[in-house]
Amino acid sequence: MLSRVADSIYWLGRYVERAENYARFIDVNLNLLLDLPPGLNEQWEPLVTVTGDKDWYTSKYNNFSRDNVVFFMTFDEENPNSIISSISRARENARIIRENLARESWEKLNELYYIVKNAKKKKVWLKNDPRVFFEQIKYGIQLIYGIADNSVSRTEGWYFSQIGQFLERADKTSRILDVKYHILLPSLEEVGSTLDFLHWAALLKSVGGFNTYRRFYGGIEPAGVLEFLALDQYFPRSILFCLRQAEKGLHCVSGSQESGYSNVAEKKLGALRSELEFADVNDVMDFGLHEFMDSIQIKINNISDEIHNRFFKITDNFTGIQSLQE
Amino acid sequence: MDFNLPNDPGIYDEMFDQAGKCRPHYQKFKDKINEISRKRLKQLQHSTGKSQLAMGMTFNVYHDKQGLEKILHLDVVPRIINATDWKKLEIGLQQRIEAINLFIQDIYNDRKILKDKVVPSDLILSSKDYLEPCVGFTPPKGIWCHITGTDLVRDKDGEFYVLEDNLRCPSGVSYLLENREIIKRVFPDLFYQLGVRPVSDYPGKLLSMLKYLSGKAKPVVAVLTPGVFNSAYFEHSYLAQQMGVELVTGPDLIVENNRLYMHTTQGLRQVDVLYRRIDDLFLDPLNFNPDSLLGTPGFFDAYKAGHLAFANAPGTGVADDKAVYAYVPDMIRYYLNQEPLLSNVPTYLCSRQKDLEYVLEHLSELVVKETNAAGGYGMLIGPRSTKELQNEFYNKIKKNPRNYIAQPTLSLSTVPTLDGNCIEGRHVDLRPYVLYGEKIEVLPGALTRVALVKDSLVVNSSQGGGSKDTWVLYS
Repeated sequence: MLSRVADSIYWLGRYVERAENYARFIDVNLNLLLDLPPGLNEQWEPLVTVTGDKDWYTSKYNNFSRDNVVFFMTFDEENPNSIISSISRARENARIIRENLARESWEKLNELYYIVKNAKKKKVWLKNDPRVFFEQIKYGIQLIYGIADNSVSRTEGWYFSQIGQFLERADKTSRILDVKYHILLPSLEEVGSTLDFLHWAALLKSVGGFNTYRRFYGGIEPAGVLEFLALDQYFPRSILFCLRQAEKGLHCVSGSQESGYSNVAEKKLGALRSELEFADVNDVMDFGLHEFMDSIQIKINNISDEIHNRFFKITDNFTGIQSLQE
Repeated sequence: MDFNLPNDPGIYDEMFDQAGKCRPHYQKFKDKINEISRKRLKQLQHSTGKSQLAMGMTFNVYHDKQGLEKILHLDVVPRIINATDWKKLEIGLQQRIEAINLFIQDIYNDRKILKDKVVPSDLILSSKDYLEPCVGFTPPKGIWCHITGTDLVRDKDGEFYVLEDNLRCPSGVSYLLENREIIKRVFPDLFYQLGVRPVSDYPGKLLSMLKYLSGKAKPVVAVLTPGVFNSAYFEHSYLAQQMGVELVTGPDLIVENNRLYMHTTQGLRQVDVLYRRIDDLFLDPLNFNPDSLLGTPGFFDAYKAGHLAFANAPGTGVADDKAVYAYVPDMIRYYLNQEPLLSNVPTYLCSRQKDLEYVLEHLSELVVKETNAAGGYGMLIGPRSTKELQNEFYNKIKKNPRNYIAQPTLSLSTVPTLDGNCIEGRHVDLRPYVLYGEKIEVLPGALTRVALVKDSLVVNSSQGGGSKDTWVLYS
């Protein structure tokens, strides 16, 4: 497979997953809102904080109102990570490598692009309940995954897209957990209160894991949710699960054994995976929830760079310039 | 829904004759349309546009932020060509391409046709498309123009005339193929009833032709595109996909030891045949245009060393010049010793003193074209132009006569086309595609471009043209 094509497939996987997760981020809050006791303000600032784009946000917007934040995260084309930007970049990559995609995959992604464009025109973020729109995004992307799952051959291209998708998801689940760190409770006494419970439940609902969690962990409590979303071996959005999938993909692409490593990317990914594999909730808490998630995000970035160096890097014959996506 | 009958005796309508009677090969189609309500037909037209957008059949300046993606309007009313007319066209095109290919081989090697003064030497040798590095070279299997998209029109007598040969990298075939898929869904039953010849094996034939150019048993074929910002990118990726080969850009490629390789995730892999959609001069900055950032340095060396085949062969463009076009009938007589089966449009070469004088005196009647422009630009349509524009061309032609040719205004044929609430004749041209591999094959179908504006003669997509599915019948 051409390096450039592999590069595009990888980033196609990442951008699609990013768009879905942004829809989920916003869903956390919209879910919370429904149950919020009177007198408490909506908290939109944490969402911006966990995306890592806060400095940029504050230079452009003067408050953290719901309209502003939802617009920033969804429709702001100057924000390279907004849903509209992610979908456009996914589509751009798909367009570049269309000859490698199933026809339906391309068509569904293309449709999604027009759905987002039209929603922007209709200013859906000003609607009272924009959740219908975010559901449309989530299901639209699930459909794309479903089509791929049943039509793409399990060869190199599939694994590059899996690596992209799962690294992105690991990163975003760590950020969803981080939301909880940043959402403030009105007072310390509220820890363990109904409100606290609502926060954790909203996290679970946003990743579609509320019922699964209940079945396997029972009561909603911080340690349980943390374990479920970060360290669970079976839940497909937990960080550990995602890292394992990505690692599996990487080994398939390199044609190497599943143990050990044959390149730097595999080495770093394997190290991160085992770090989580052998950690328990207390280790995470001791390290600090926010700090732990932060270090995971940094390591994922490094892994992504190494994948680039190993598989995608080509230098322009004339300018010596390498193209890089992020 | 009913048709508005044509009423201009100076124009050939492909569906109705002068008396307003439906031509026999359109009859079944007419019955079908008459059954469909106006509302339904408009719905069908609407969903046609929607499927094009969903498929991403877009062209033009690609600039995402401003949403400048356009579709090439596809009219639901097809153009139908009967077997007799098609057969004539087919053998005419085969004859023409064979002669042109011999011509290109000749001018880069023995130059017999120049020595015999059938074609003036300086017209060829002074052309910027005459590539010095190709002199003395014979491409694999002796084929230069592998893929041709000849432009033709029908004049008031119903005869086909060749307008342009388009020997470089003719585009549009993907629209032809996708149009067919869409129209099949609109009129599924008609295809069988009428006996429409299929076109879907074009990518397969293209691939076999490309493979044939290599000496290897399992050659690696790739399509070379200037990149995603090119207006025809949709087509490049479509063809690569349909052939199941890689679509490559300049930076994907590297030449080492006179061999061409592409960068893959598992290292370098050799490429044997390149269907390039980049102009000659941009191909190889070492051998041609040093400013080009599109191609790959050393391409030409790999080509000359015999480790790489190109379609179309570099150097082919010289025969695509509108002034050279005027000599194609002479080429056919010279190389094949046959009379041309397809007519040229009579052409005045402004480089000839007598023609120049005639052209300058008759600007208001003629169509003037730049010899080297495409896309309907750089054109003067005399009868529809202002005095000012004519004066402007007068000066331009006088300054550089070699750059211009002129032709009498043809009265392009019309085909019924859906326009709002009526179906009425609109002017069309025809671009069939010809592949030259083991034999010369004409795809039984074509891209029909249609001027959507009533009475307009400009069919170019960049200037308000649309397209039609073109049905070639078995009998």
